[in-house]
Amino acid sequence: MISEAWVLTIREVKKWIREPILVFMMIIQPVIWLGLFGKAFNITGLVSIPPQLLQQLPPNITTQIAEIFNKMIGSIFGGTVDYFTYMAAGMLSVIILFTSMFSGMSIVWDRRFGFLNKLLVAPIARSSIVMAKVTSSVIRGIFQSALVFAIAFAFGLKVGDAFNILDLIGVFIGLFLLSLGLSSLFIALTIRVKSWEGHMAVVNLLNLPLMFASSALFPISQMPDWLQSIASFNPISYSSDLFRAFILHSHSTGLDLSKIALNFEVLIGFAVIFSFIGIILAERGLRKS
Amino acid sequence: MAIIETKDLTKVFGKLIAVDHISFTVEEGEIFGFLGPNGAGKTTTINMLTTLMSPTEGTAKVAGMDIVKDANKVRSLIGLVPQDLTVDEDLTGMENMWLQARLYHVPKEVAKKRIEEVLSLVELKDAANRKAETYSGGMRKRLELAEGLIHYPKILFLDEPTLGLDVQTRAVIWDYIKKLREEQGMTIFMTTHYMEEADALCDRIAIIDYGKIKALDDPKKLKDSLGGDVIELALSNDLKDVTEAIAKMPYVIDVKKKSEIYRIKVAKGEEALPNIIENIIKMDLKVSKVSLIKPTLDQVYLDYTGRSLRETEGSREEVMRMMRNIRRVRT
Repeated sequence: MISEAWVLTIREVKKWIREPILVFMMIIQPVIWLGLFGKAFNITGLVSIPPQLLQQLPPNITTQIAEIFNKMIGSIFGGTVDYFTYMAAGMLSVIILFTSMFSGMSIVWDRRFGFLNKLLVAPIARSSIVMAKVTSSVIRGIFQSALVFAIAFAFGLKVGDAFNILDLIGVFIGLFLLSLGLSSLFIALTIRVKSWEGHMAVVNLLNLPLMFASSALFPISQMPDWLQSIASFNPISYSSDLFRAFILHSHSTGLDLSKIALNFEVLIGFAVIFSFIGIILAERGLRKS
Repeated sequence: MAIIETKDLTKVFGKLIAVDHISFTVEEGEIFGFLGPNGAGKTTTINMLTTLMSPTEGTAKVAGMDIVKDANKVRSLIGLVPQDLTVDEDLTGMENMWLQARLYHVPKEVAKKRIEEVLSLVELKDAANRKAETYSGGMRKRLELAEGLIHYPKILFLDEPTLGLDVQTRAVIWDYIKKLREEQGMTIFMTTHYMEEADALCDRIAIIDYGKIKALDDPKKLKDSLGGDVIELALSNDLKDVTEAIAKMPYVIDVKKKSEIYRIKVAKGEEALPNIIENIIKMDLKVSKVSLIKPTLDQVYLDYTGRSLRETEGSREEVMRMMRNIRRVRT
């Protein structure tokens, strides 16, 4: 089963790297997000004091006010006053969300082109088909989010002063778990969908809520209560918080280990449950249509 | 020995009975053809025999294994060349072959040799390292055929092997199919809606319509069942009417004279023809023109289903409606 899944994974990866335009498109979108949205949304600018007012105040008061504002914003945005850094950390989760959507799409394509039937008449375990889709999606997701991380760094992402290789490994473990869970979720949802349009409908229904009802782009604490409770079920909130905790790791505050542990627990649970559901559905749902 | 055996095999999609209690056997080493118009139940039968669909009712054994209980064993013993072109366009011919070999658990060393072998059989060796998207329709079909052979299946299922191919390519595919049977002794189960194809390739043919087998025999016997061949001849020194004399000759069933041409219905055309000519010469008459007309499967088909294949092919509306129905009830 593992070797069958591996053979099929290699097929997916080959297909992927031979379509540079696909890779390019998937990267360009988050880069535009980072560049336009992330840079335009200047939170410190929002609360800056007009210069005329500033001149009337004694300098020690202005520094005090600035400090208070920075602390307020910092506490809301999890330790950073730079919205770009805040959002870039959340963007890693969004990238995983985008790439996971494609895992479901590729199964719809394989079904339409009859390739799926070829796999179904082969003496292979049904679950290996799903495993290959998930694995290749995880590989794609991690690769692309790593690339976006590097781009964000070049654009001015400010990591915490204590950020080290262990934090980076932590980020990648989180990316892996989120990708595993989301890919399995999307495959489970589209396993019986036959048309491309049907798949897009399912994906669009989930795509925006998953992205916005989370802490990926904006702090949950500033949302209305009902939205907060939705966001608290969203794995993207947990992964975004996790990535942020690692990326903003500073000497002054250190790592909040209990928060990190909670985020990891949720992500592990999410990944395990949905990959099991995916494999179970593979046996039942992967039939000739 | 029967290598495929079905008993009351049935598949129902909602209200549509696609395959209706069919029972037949296929002998080891033969080319068995399923002939029928679109929507007759050919592909559904193949889908059941290749474990893609489970039957609503009835059972079938393929290579001694039950298609439901031992589905995975059946899968490892059969090869399927589906109707659609399903090779992966983004991969090269060679990569497609390797993928297939790995999926069928062919050991690496063996696979290397066999890939060479089957690719040269279908004459794709030179194009093996090109992406399949650069292949023509005929080449893709040949690659598909090669993929179906990689694990030396006991039975090869060909679903409309020449559908949508031009005449030359069709002839090439026919040659491969014949070669396979001769060289590998493989059992081949194929569906087609081309009369010539069934006639040229198959040892036995089942005519299927509305999910039922209407007739099952070798092509020659099916044609014979129509009542034999027709000899048309003209005599050069035809002074008197010899209709009655010809009618008394062996093999002759019926004679009619129509403006100098005798239309003679006979039982076995090839044997009757020299015999009749000999007898005419003995009567001091000279034959100036002769032709032997053999019945076609077209006529057989018409005889059994009451509609000609061309007619059903022509009636797109009916086919479309049927396809839509099938699609709708399946979803």
